[in-house]
Amino acid sequence: MSADSRAIAPEHPQSVHRHAASAQSSSWAGAKEIRMPFDDETLKAVAELRAGDKALLYGTMYTARDAAHKRIVNALSEGKPLPFEVAGQVIYYAGPCPAPPGKAIGSLGPTTSGRMDPYAPILMANGLKGMVGKGERSQEVKDAIVKHGAVYFVAVGGAGALLSRTVTEATVVAYPELGPEAVYRLQVSGFPVVVGIDSRGNDVYIRN
Amino acid sequence: MGYIDAESVRKTVRDLCIQACTVLPDDVLSALRRSRDAEGKSLAGDIMDMLLENAEIAAGEKVPICQDTGLVHVFLDLGRDVTMKGDLFQAVVEGVALGYTEGYLRKSVVDDPLFDRVNTKDNSPPVIHLELVPGSDLTITVMPKGTGSENMSRLAMLTPAAGPEGVKRFVLDTVKNAGANACPPMIVGVGVGGMMDKAAYLAKRALLRRIGERNPDDRVAALETELLREINELGIGPAGLGGSTTALWVAIETYPTHIGALPVAVNLQCHAARRATAVLRPESVSCEWDLPKRDALNGKGGGKDER
Repeated sequence: MSADSRAIAPEHPQSVHRHAASAQSSSWAGAKEIRMPFDDETLKAVAELRAGDKALLYGTMYTARDAAHKRIVNALSEGKPLPFEVAGQVIYYAGPCPAPPGKAIGSLGPTTSGRMDPYAPILMANGLKGMVGKGERSQEVKDAIVKHGAVYFVAVGGAGALLSRTVTEATVVAYPELGPEAVYRLQVSGFPVVVGIDSRGNDVYIRN
Repeated sequence: MGYIDAESVRKTVRDLCIQACTVLPDDVLSALRRSRDAEGKSLAGDIMDMLLENAEIAAGEKVPICQDTGLVHVFLDLGRDVTMKGDLFQAVVEGVALGYTEGYLRKSVVDDPLFDRVNTKDNSPPVIHLELVPGSDLTITVMPKGTGSENMSRLAMLTPAAGPEGVKRFVLDTVKNAGANACPPMIVGVGVGGMMDKAAYLAKRALLRRIGERNPDDRVAALETELLREINELGIGPAGLGGSTTALWVAIETYPTHIGALPVAVNLQCHAARRATAVLRPESVSCEWDLPKRDALNGKGGGKDER
């Protein structure tokens, strides 16, 4: 093996992992429960959420970070098919650690959302209703959230081990060659978040 | 006379990578616990509980504390009397690749930063810093560093007129600008002096200091205390969602500089302040998972411990 050898064990994420659901952090007990993707009923509940509210997410969401966003938005502009139907969906800005034996996925906390700001309004114009990440968003993203009745959730950065326990199933659905930047479809059960920007444009990071 | 062989370096670096990514150092854990108590019953307190629970899960299940297992920094403090058998740097690179592959850690390194950005698939290469120190030990410290905090780090070439006040203002502005992105409560490493490269290096090395250990120079130590208080008055709080815990510690390292210069670098570290250290002696390896004495940092003598 030499210093240049970069292929010791190329990652082959298993396409489907299953794992028993595990309890979310007790600090979030009693938080509002939100189902994903958002149907009409959920959208009504989402409209009621206010920045700073705690929520627990259930159902399906998709991971995408820098490289995947670039590809998805390129596909949109070229009229090519997308890795998943965006309408009503929630994107989680995250790239997981590889799944150790017996687990659905490795640690999986949020990455900095601001890097996805150039892409988010285009995705919301195409039906995206929710984003999960960490950190502040641009004015353009806030405006798009209000315009499209979407929501931005904040997950706690650096709590990847705990958050990964709420993932019951993880499937790579696009760009496996990107490794941790591939698009994963996740099934989550009680994924704890705080409402970052609500559908009226209130921002949890702006404190008076 | 004995020697240290490349194979023990490789194995040690592998183990250090896995240890650092999964087990939070004691001093960081204690600081998080103290801060949790300070936040009381609040969202900030709930977030601190979550971070402590997360650290417990990670250590218990040997899974990464944070999914961003970083670009690895390896600090090699090589005793002048050590005889190495084999290629030290290559052994370090291979150790990182082994640790990240066998430890189910995320591979976050791309080969060419400008154009192709193709993942190297084993998280190599690390950034390696080598210093020659007295003695016949090799101290290896592994610090996996994520981009959340690293991207919010800053460097300023201040002029001498700016003085300590200018340095303070720059540190506070950097922390304010970082906000939630750097995953507070953070540790703030500050390097002052040298020129731009030295200041940046000192800031990174400052992050190796244990929480509670102050700079031995009383005036610098006072500046550290002042900055920590003022940073925590910013109200950014855990995860940037408000609270009294924005930083766990401030560590400043200094070095002589040019008559016309006052370089200052601020290297932010998230609450997942991961590091692990081992000391290798000829024919013996002792993994303490602990830090080198501060005198190994700058040849300046031991720091005051006020944990």
